[in-house]
Amino acid sequence: MSIRVRNVTKRFGDFVALNDVSVDVPSGGLTALLGPSGGGKSTLLRVIAGLEPPDEGSVHIDGAEATHLSPQRRGVGFVFQHYAAFKHLTVRRNVAFGLEIRKRPRDEVRARVDELLELVHLTQFGDRLPSQLSGGQRQRMALARALAPQPRVLLLDEPFGALDANVRKELREWLRRLHDEVHVTTVFVTHDQEEALEVADEIVVVNEGRVEQVGTPDELYDRPANDFVMRFLGPVTELGGVLVRPHDLVLSTDPCPESVEGIVERVSRVGFEVRIVVRTGDRTVLVTQPRSQFLAARVEAGDRVWVRAEVGARVTA
Amino acid sequence: MREPRWFRITLRTVVTAYLFLLVAWPLSLVAQRTFADGVGDLVGIFEDPDVLHALRLTVVVAVVSVVLNTVFGVGVSLLLVRHRFPGRRVLDLLVDLPLAVSPIVVGLALVLVYGGRDGWFGPTLESMGLRVIYSTPGIVMATVFVALPLVVREVVPVLEEVGVEQERAAQTLGANAWQTFRRITLPSIRWAVLYGVVLSLARSLGEFGAVKVVSGNLLGQTRTATLVVEEKYLNFDKGGAYATAFLLALIAVACIVAVAALRPREGSDRT
Repeated sequence: MSIRVRNVTKRFGDFVALNDVSVDVPSGGLTALLGPSGGGKSTLLRVIAGLEPPDEGSVHIDGAEATHLSPQRRGVGFVFQHYAAFKHLTVRRNVAFGLEIRKRPRDEVRARVDELLELVHLTQFGDRLPSQLSGGQRQRMALARALAPQPRVLLLDEPFGALDANVRKELREWLRRLHDEVHVTTVFVTHDQEEALEVADEIVVVNEGRVEQVGTPDELYDRPANDFVMRFLGPVTELGGVLVRPHDLVLSTDPCPESVEGIVERVSRVGFEVRIVVRTGDRTVLVTQPRSQFLAARVEAGDRVWVRAEVGARVTA
Repeated sequence: MREPRWFRITLRTVVTAYLFLLVAWPLSLVAQRTFADGVGDLVGIFEDPDVLHALRLTVVVAVVSVVLNTVFGVGVSLLLVRHRFPGRRVLDLLVDLPLAVSPIVVGLALVLVYGGRDGWFGPTLESMGLRVIYSTPGIVMATVFVALPLVVREVVPVLEEVGVEQERAAQTLGANAWQTFRRITLPSIRWAVLYGVVLSLARSLGEFGAVKVVSGNLLGQTRTATLVVEEKYLNFDKGGAYATAFLLALIAVACIVAVAALRPREGSDRT
C-alpha cells in the first residue's frame, strides 16, 4: 500500500470533517475521492498532504510514518483547484521551483523542465507569465510543477473544478493518459461521478466524514453498498419500494410475473435516450431505454404497461 | 450609467482647486522663496557645518527608522493576516495608535520611560552607558513610533488579497518557511512594501514634534533638519529656513516620483 490512512478524525470547531476514516491507496494507481461538497474528501486529501494536521489517527506514505511530517518533507505533489500559480514567475520558473529549492544543478533543472513542458504540451509557453495562460494551461503547468521533484504521491484537489465543461472533459482524458505514462500513485478529489467513473482505477466514496464504499468503478456502479452510493453514482428510480437504475427496468404491454402495473404518463427523448414516466398508483417510476429498443416497442402516453426489474439488476431496499 | 457632463466638470474643478490651494500653491511658494535671491540661500545652508550635521543626522535617523519599520511592519502584517491568536484585534488597534496620538505626546511619553534622570527605565540604561533621551537612540525611537503604521497598512490588504494558496503550494514543493517567504510571499507584496518604505521615509524625514521633545535640540549634536527649519525661522533667517524646508520637501517628492516611475502600470503585473 502506498498510502495508508488509519482512524483519522478531523474537526473544525464543532464540525466533524472526518470521522474515524481509514483508507488504503494502492501503489501506482489512479484513485478518486468522490463525494458531495462538504463531505470531507478535500480535508482527507489535505491530511494526506500534511496541509491539515489530523486530530486523531495516522498517515503512512510508502510504509513510513508521515502523520507529523510537514508538507515539505512528505514527498507529495499537490495540485490546487485554483492552480496556485506563482504569479510573479514564468511558466518555466514555476515548473523549476521544486528543483531549485532542492538546489539541483542548473543543467539538470533545464532538462527536466523541458521534458515536463513537453509532457504537458506547454513547450512554447515557457517564457509566459501565468496570467497570460488559459485556465486549462495553468492547471497543466501546475501539474508539471507538482511532478517536477518526482513525488512519491500526486494529489489533486478538484483539479478541473474551475474549468468549463469542454476543457474539463479534455483534461480528464489527458490526465488518464498522463497517468498511464508516468505511473505515479495519484489521488484526485472530485464531486463529479462521471469524472470518477471515467478516469479512476479505484473510487473511494466519502460522505459526511465517513467512507461509504471503496471499489472499482464497475463494483461501485453494479454493487453499491448502500442507498447513498447507489444514488450518488448514477440515476435511480423507485419501483415497489426498492431503488433501481432506470435503465435496468423492462416495460411490457402484457402482464408478466413480478411486475408492477401502471399507465404511461409522459414520454420524452433526450438524444440517444428515451425517458418514460409511468404512474403506478400514487407514485411514478422512471424507465429509460435506448432509442432502438424504444422504436421496437413503442409506447405512448395513456398506454397500460407492466414494469419489472431486469434479471440480475442491482436493487437496494 | 455615466454622470452628467456638468457634474464631472464641477467635480474635477473642485478637486483640482482644493489640491492646488492646500498643497501645490503653498509648496511652490516655498520653492519660490528659496530661489527668491538666486541660489544663494541654498548654497548657504550647504556651507553651514551645523546645517550639514543636522541634514546628516536626519538622513541617518530616517534610514535606520525605515529599516526597523520595514522589518517590523512586514512581520506584524504576516502575524495579523496569517495567524489567529488571542489579542490579535488589540494588536491591530495598537498598530494604528501612532496615527491617532499627537507626536508631542509620543515625545513626552518616551521621556517618561527613558529619561536619563527620572525616567522609569532611563537611569538603568544610562548606568549601562546607553543614553536614549537627548541622544540619537531617542530620536530614532520617536521617529520609528510615528511612522510605525505606514508599512503595515500598505502590506496587510495585499497579503489578504494574495491568500495562502501560493505559499501552500511552495511548501508542498519542498520550500521551508524562509524559502517560502523569500521566494513567494515577499515578491507578491514587493510593491506594497516599497510604497510603505517610501511613505515611512517621507514621514521620518519630516518628523518634528516628537523629535523636538526627545532630542534636546542641541546645536551640532541632536538638532535635526526640521529643527533647523524652526530655529532659522524663529531667528529671522527666513532664507535659510525656506532653503532647508525646500530641500526636505524635494527629497520626499523625489522618493514618490521614483516609485511611481518604477512601478509597473496598474493591472499588468500587480500582486
